[in-house]
Amino acid sequence: MTDALQPPPKKNPQTRTVSPTRPPERRSRATLGLSAAAAEGRFALQVCADCQTVQYPPRDACRSCLSPDLPWRDVSPDGALLAETTVRTSPNLYFRERAPWRTGLVRLDAGPVVICHVHGDCAPRGPVRLWNLLDRAGQAVLLAVPQERMPRMEDDPQLRQMTSDPKHRRVLITDARHPAVPALIKALKAAGAVEIYVGEPETWRPSPGRAALAEMGVDLQPLDVTDTGSVQRLAAEYGGKTDILINTARFLRPGGVLARGDTAFARDEIEVNYLGLMRLAQAFGPAMCARTADGVNSAVAWVNILSADALSNAPDYGCFGASNAAALALSQSLRAEFRGAGLRVMNVLTGPTDDAWYQPLPPPKVGPAALARAIVDGLQRGLEDVCCGDVARDMHERFRRDPKVLECERTMAGDQP
Amino acid sequence: MTALQKLATGLAAGTIRVVDLTHTLDPDFPVIVLPPEFGQCARFRMEEVSAYDHRGPAWKWHNISMSEHTGTHFDAPSHWISGRDVPLGSVDEIPPERFVGSVCVIDCSDQAEADADFLLNPGHIAEWEATHGQIPPGAWVLMRTDWSKRSGAAYLNMHEEGPHSPGPAAEAIRFLVEQRDITGFGTETVGTDAGQGMHLSPPYPAHYILHGAGKYGLQCLANLSELPPTGAILMAAPLKIKNGTGSPLRVLAMVET
Amino acid sequence: MGRPRQSYDGVVLTAPVSVPYERYSIETAHWWIARALREVLKRADLPLKDLDGFSVASFTLFPDTAVGLTQHLGLCPRWLDHIPMGGASGVVALRRAARAVQAGDADIVACVAGDTNQIDSFRQLLSSFSRFAMDASYPYGYGGPNANFALLTDRYMHEFGATRADFGRICVAQRANALRYPAAIMKKPLTLDDYLAARPIADPIALFDCVMPVAGAEAFMVMTEDEAIRRNLPFARIAGTIERHNAFADDPVQLRGGWAVDVDELYATAKCAPQDMDLVQTYDDYPVISMMQIEDLGFCDKGAAPDFLRDKDLTVTGDFPHNTNGGQLSAGQAGAAGGFIGLVEAIRQVTGQAGPTQVADAAKALVSGFGMINYDRGLCSSAAILEGAAP
Repeated sequence: MTDALQPPPKKNPQTRTVSPTRPPERRSRATLGLSAAAAEGRFALQVCADCQTVQYPPRDACRSCLSPDLPWRDVSPDGALLAETTVRTSPNLYFRERAPWRTGLVRLDAGPVVICHVHGDCAPRGPVRLWNLLDRAGQAVLLAVPQERMPRMEDDPQLRQMTSDPKHRRVLITDARHPAVPALIKALKAAGAVEIYVGEPETWRPSPGRAALAEMGVDLQPLDVTDTGSVQRLAAEYGGKTDILINTARFLRPGGVLARGDTAFARDEIEVNYLGLMRLAQAFGPAMCARTADGVNSAVAWVNILSADALSNAPDYGCFGASNAAALALSQSLRAEFRGAGLRVMNVLTGPTDDAWYQPLPPPKVGPAALARAIVDGLQRGLEDVCCGDVARDMHERFRRDPKVLECERTMAGDQP
Repeated sequence: MTALQKLATGLAAGTIRVVDLTHTLDPDFPVIVLPPEFGQCARFRMEEVSAYDHRGPAWKWHNISMSEHTGTHFDAPSHWISGRDVPLGSVDEIPPERFVGSVCVIDCSDQAEADADFLLNPGHIAEWEATHGQIPPGAWVLMRTDWSKRSGAAYLNMHEEGPHSPGPAAEAIRFLVEQRDITGFGTETVGTDAGQGMHLSPPYPAHYILHGAGKYGLQCLANLSELPPTGAILMAAPLKIKNGTGSPLRVLAMVET
Repeated sequence: MGRPRQSYDGVVLTAPVSVPYERYSIETAHWWIARALREVLKRADLPLKDLDGFSVASFTLFPDTAVGLTQHLGLCPRWLDHIPMGGASGVVALRRAARAVQAGDADIVACVAGDTNQIDSFRQLLSSFSRFAMDASYPYGYGGPNANFALLTDRYMHEFGATRADFGRICVAQRANALRYPAAIMKKPLTLDDYLAARPIADPIALFDCVMPVAGAEAFMVMTEDEAIRRNLPFARIAGTIERHNAFADDPVQLRGGWAVDVDELYATAKCAPQDMDLVQTYDDYPVISMMQIEDLGFCDKGAAPDFLRDKDLTVTGDFPHNTNGGQLSAGQAGAAGGFIGLVEAIRQVTGQAGPTQVADAAKALVSGFGMINYDRGLCSSAAILEGAAP
């Protein structure tokens, strides 16, 4: 059984922070399909459309019939550990620094034989299940784990390298006004986050939730993502101890282009939803990127909460959706910019949330607890893309199937009676 | 000596003091809060363009953004629907001599301290005139409440039913406009109207009556406690914004010591 | 299957050359290949311009291939080959060249393998070794084949009851052979205790199971027997050869190689049996692979190599001379030259030119090659039986 992960000691101010190193990043285009599945926490392999042979490593033609039609399908992740080794040295700096490292050969029930990482709880030559996880290079790797969940298995040092687990980490929630913040704090605390800082904009306004947040034992700090100076001030003091940043800042008003008639709210939406993200990234990004190898409480993840409308827009919340699409596009740039340091960007796409601005919409809506759960679960599993709620899942599925068809569905004006 | 020579001599000798009635433009300075489905007043924001660095090696400068009605600011007649058709109603059209004038300061600080919803009524004005003489035509009238000494949440003093801050009653404004022909009315609060001014008749009477009559408003003033009840000269020149309904201000007053 | 293989009658191997290895080199693969080529031409007394066949194997020539080398080295061959098969490349080069000479496409082929080993060049080579390695083993910390062979060794030990000492005996004997071989990199005697106590690398693999990457080159020539006699060169005949790629692809773990597919044909063509061999040169980048070859090439049953070898003396003077110059485990692995080292030594042995490592009366040698850990196993296997003949 995994030894419990101990809280990190206070940082020795006289030792140099370890520079981030990364496992190998380069992959063939075919293999990026595995990374795409890992980003969502799915175990998928290429399965030949013609003869159903399951393939691994990913390739460009079927190993049994040469068909080039090899769609990715979710397949059984179960198999048996055939052989294993504990690697004690490697020419790759990342692995050298993390040795010893357990790896093995697993024969999947689905057919292929897979070289994979091996969780410490796996019995030699026993049954295992493969998890498809993103490593610190942001690429998929497979990890063999026991088929039954084990206590504290998330503390396994190899697994911990691949997740963004909040346990023993410090979290900054950027905007206290998001309705999910109390639930998020609760979920993070339950997941073992040690310190939670919550940004509070416009402290000159009444803040009905303030007292409740203060009672939850979080550290309220002035932070307004529309104010560069405010973001820089907080980053100067807290950037070096922000291990996970969850951007809850959101400016939301209903309406598309014509319904609005002006750009005033759109400007606010861009200021908060897009430029706010940029300001936060410019202020907190460098310090977080410098601390991705900083021990148990290394900087590990950056979380954006985005409307699923970012995938395909519709006029009801058209301008808000556009600002979220801008943020989604920015998050991709950010992903690339953070990837060199191994800092993960997790985008949580959500459908309409159960709060005032979506009040006129019919259910299903995403409640605060569900959103909080999705965020913490995504961190614990090290995901990059999370869909929260039925609406977002549905939208994502339709987007994956055909973005143009989705756009056609979303932009119908309705027939005249 | 001409009048201006005397003024220059007084300024040089310190017998005439310049008092700054302006709050610092600061991203954290409150702005008026309206129901969220309405358009909102932009807060002051400042972005660095360069600071003697790769973005501009020898100079530092900022781009700033704000509303016409952010910080210590000027309300022109065109700000309110009642003043939409007033001639010379926007800041770029107002004759410049209107920006400088004598000032009467009505001290309501005790009342405001006792009651955040204090309303200035004609009776209070009559009392003031009994002591300091009649308000002359073309004067600025400033309502001193010491509200500018508040900060943070206490400034707007928002409760669930809205903000609570002192201001003029409709009758008082009507009196100043119709009986005294003032140039404008100024306050230390975020608006010329009381926090609960929407519940008066007409709603927001200071805005409605002042601007409908072509008068001006000043708000978010500071340091009114340094002005004498009468005798000071006020200078409040808005930026010359085409069709502007208001403008951030640097408000100065000259006071004889 | 189908048509019988034709013999290599009339074609011979001559001029075995080993350029002494160096741990690290500031020189390039071009430089090492040139040195080996110069030496074989000298042995054969052949002017550079008269060489009409050239075969090269190298990992570190990038961005060049055999083509670039013709201009770089001033060659004008009418037959050119580039063998990217790592540990199988020696026998494969031999097979290709012998058929070319036999068919008259070339008169004399120089087969050269060489690689440099600069600081960090091994690590860089690994990162771009193969697509499957890039996609599916390198991301797991598989810096080179150590971990791959650790998995094979783990499974082999589990299946067949082999012990670390069984592997150790192979390594210890090869070190004893290397002490006789002037060009070997590892010159310190090795005991079984040293072997067992060595630093673990990837369990159950420890330091002395692994080869040392070095710089070096190996070469030999293929020509007609008449040509060899005319030039007064000792030569070896080719009794039989095989090669096979991606054999037993459905075996979950590689416990046998492609030799097992073709071994019967090898001996049938060569008209001999395993016990007729005077020495055996296996591809030995890890001792488990040598065991696998000894089994698959018919010296014993599958899984019986530990027992079979337990009673054998693998040194030059023993009853089962094996990797007589220390093999890669003790002489070093000079990249693709690791696919030549056993073959070049075998030519020396059966032609009586091995000097300090000479096995007495060596007439028949089995050489086998194994290469290219593309993902989880070596894909290329090859073997040849050589027979000596004095001029």
